[in-house]
Amino acid sequence: MKDWFKSGSPWIWLNGGAVAISMIMVIGLIGLIAVRGFGHFWAADVALIKTTDHEGKTSVMLGELVRSQTIPTTVARDAGYHVPEGIDLVTRHLIKQGNRDQFGRDFIWLLGLGMAPFEYPEDVYVIERREWGNFYGQPVALLRSGETVASAAETDFREQLQAAVTRSLELHKRIKRLEKRDIGRINRDLERLRLDERSLELQDPPAAVRNAEEQRIEERRAVLDAEYAVLRQELDLLYTETKRDSLRMRMSNDQEVDINLATIVRVTAPNAMSVPAKLGQYVERLWEFLSDDPREANTEGGIFPAIFGTISMVFVMSIMVTPFGILAAIYLREYARQGPVLKLIRISVYNLAGVPSIVYGVFGLGFFVYFLGGNIDRLFYEAALPSPTFGTPGLFWASLTLALLTLPIVIVSTEEGLARIPSTIRQGSLALGATKAETLWKVVVPLATPAMMTGLILAIARAAGEVAPLMLVGVVKLAPTLPVDGTFPFVHLERKIMHLGFHIYDVGFQSPNVEAARPLVYATALILVILIVILNLTAISIRNHLRERYRSASD
Amino acid sequence: MNEQSTESQRPGVAISASQARGNIALKTLSLAEEKTKIAVQNLNLYYGNDRALNDINLAIPEKRVTAFIGPSGCGKSTLLRCFNRMNDLVDICRIEGRILIDGNDIYARGVDVAELRRNVGMVFQKPNPFPKSIYENVAYGLRLQGVNSKRLLDEVVERSLRAAALWDEVKDRLHDNAFGLSGGQQQRLVIARAIAIEPEVILLDEPASALDPISTLKIEELINELKDQYTIIIVTHNMQQAARVSDYTAFMYMGDLIEYGDTDTLFTNPSKKQTEDYITGRYG
Repeated sequence: MKDWFKSGSPWIWLNGGAVAISMIMVIGLIGLIAVRGFGHFWAADVALIKTTDHEGKTSVMLGELVRSQTIPTTVARDAGYHVPEGIDLVTRHLIKQGNRDQFGRDFIWLLGLGMAPFEYPEDVYVIERREWGNFYGQPVALLRSGETVASAAETDFREQLQAAVTRSLELHKRIKRLEKRDIGRINRDLERLRLDERSLELQDPPAAVRNAEEQRIEERRAVLDAEYAVLRQELDLLYTETKRDSLRMRMSNDQEVDINLATIVRVTAPNAMSVPAKLGQYVERLWEFLSDDPREANTEGGIFPAIFGTISMVFVMSIMVTPFGILAAIYLREYARQGPVLKLIRISVYNLAGVPSIVYGVFGLGFFVYFLGGNIDRLFYEAALPSPTFGTPGLFWASLTLALLTLPIVIVSTEEGLARIPSTIRQGSLALGATKAETLWKVVVPLATPAMMTGLILAIARAAGEVAPLMLVGVVKLAPTLPVDGTFPFVHLERKIMHLGFHIYDVGFQSPNVEAARPLVYATALILVILIVILNLTAISIRNHLRERYRSASD
Repeated sequence: MNEQSTESQRPGVAISASQARGNIALKTLSLAEEKTKIAVQNLNLYYGNDRALNDINLAIPEKRVTAFIGPSGCGKSTLLRCFNRMNDLVDICRIEGRILIDGNDIYARGVDVAELRRNVGMVFQKPNPFPKSIYENVAYGLRLQGVNSKRLLDEVVERSLRAAALWDEVKDRLHDNAFGLSGGQQQRLVIARAIAIEPEVILLDEPASALDPISTLKIEELINELKDQYTIIIVTHNMQQAARVSDYTAFMYMGDLIEYGDTDTLFTNPSKKQTEDYITGRYG
């Protein structure tokens, strides 16, 4: 035993064990959110559940089994279920029965007692809708303007339905484009005219100029109104078109419901699908999750605006923090006189990294948003007041706050990088007649770039996962527009953004439909982790590339 | 000179310079007949309150190789760094006395230090190429002076690399990173970089101490070739090296210049006891 201790192997075991435990925790974390999150996109089979209760009454329902658990009978009785004497434990199942507009709630706990084995009838359809969540039922007929065109018994019913759904999706896309792009443009132009009018009032120019301007505004407005009338007509036409078809479905309680195709996103029959077909469906739904806008208070649809918002915020932050941090570090390390004052400054900078992030949020809101933003509005966007342009939380302020938050990280690693450059290299440059500035910019700074990149990597990792300060300075639950689009000036730094971190919080804790939101929380968390990993890997590969270039100088 | 002769003489410490050169050059040298390039007058140098150089007086001849020898910490490198004012980088360093290059005091007010350093090149103990290509390393000094003509740069790079006896080894990979070269090649690259801006004086601070014997040999050959055009001052720990490459040698000890004269005389017939003790290996 003593020899074993002397041999040093206890240390190896201790260190190896620490690594192993860390790895297990990390893999477990990623694995958990991956399984929970990505299982959501798999088209689960829909069970037909027949239950006979203690009075002999049978009820039938359709739904997906979410999970089961075993509970003591006392708990079940407390919850209002009838459990016969002599049973200690009962199983209960959480069933997603959908049809929220019909049944009131779409998730329901059912006791396993008196339950017949699940059946999986092939003709059960799952309908994803734009509102009210999923619909589960069996098809009856496809209606066109109230007339039956195909009944479910026909062999090509499925094809006819799919064609009708495709048509309605196409119409929907056209409506969206009309509303968002064309009518959106007219609205923006009208808004600009209103601002022009307002600045005319504020500036109060000579009568001649004023009249000319007013006339221009009037003419332009007339043109826009005319354009709008045309578009409106087209839009109305599309809306009537899209209401043409509907699908008659029979629910588990034998009631029949007509669902307008305009509200349908996707119709599937999971019980009839083969595994490859389900895989295809899986990819399609995953892609939809990554590329679509959210629906129904973020509990359905995609998270694209949040992904986009997170990335654009990290980008703008990097653009701001890198030059600031590097310049500050160069001054501190290369130019400032090393002494007690500098020591104090350095300690302060290092300590900034330890300030809780919400404090930065409060500072950002008070100083950046209200003070700086308010002044910018007064100076440059007077016509738009009292509605604020920059004097309200937005992408720019969120990025600036995070830049401030990550500044110490960049400064510290840049300083360390500069300190590691061998003095012989500096002297070599100076000995060739270079000035201090030339030496710095041509030799020292290029050599320190890997260290600067390291700082930026750490900053990105910190910023992408930060949530608390963002809630104060620019992140919202639902942003109607992306910060980058096709209208001048293309990048709109004043707009509010969505953010994955905040999205997780919002979906998980602020959502009215907890069960529906749960898998999305995991999926969004996994996307956030993947996004940060991708951002980091990009930065690391850039750094390694630089390091390779300056390889042996730092030895 | 070849490797064999170096080998055979290794056991003996005190060898004559002419012997070391393989008895080729038997020209007698005399300081009095030389044209002075650098004159050091009553030079004192302090690090804070410590005096590192005591009242040095020295005349370094033009287009000759002058070696500074002495035990570690004797001030030879410090003295060398005075000639291109590299000591300015040390905040606590202070200088009294004068150093004249071609009769101009380099510590006078209004001297452009960058200009001085272009005129007095320096090569350090450890090779210190920049993190750039071989080509850009050599062109660095010229680019600093605003030379951007590709033709001129090509010409100077080739000439400098040829002068540093490196051209044949690197001509096919001029645009590779300089860190890919061996230590000896890097040191010759650094010499090429120094001579690319055509200085009048080249300071070598133990240029071969980090190199293997073959690279050392090449550097020494290079010094022999360069001395026709440049005034060279070399600091070395290696007495054989001083004997082999230099025309004049200064022996320093504890911040004092003990003895200075032509290399043959200093090594064969030193006039001071301390010098003799040092070159026969009794201390240091």
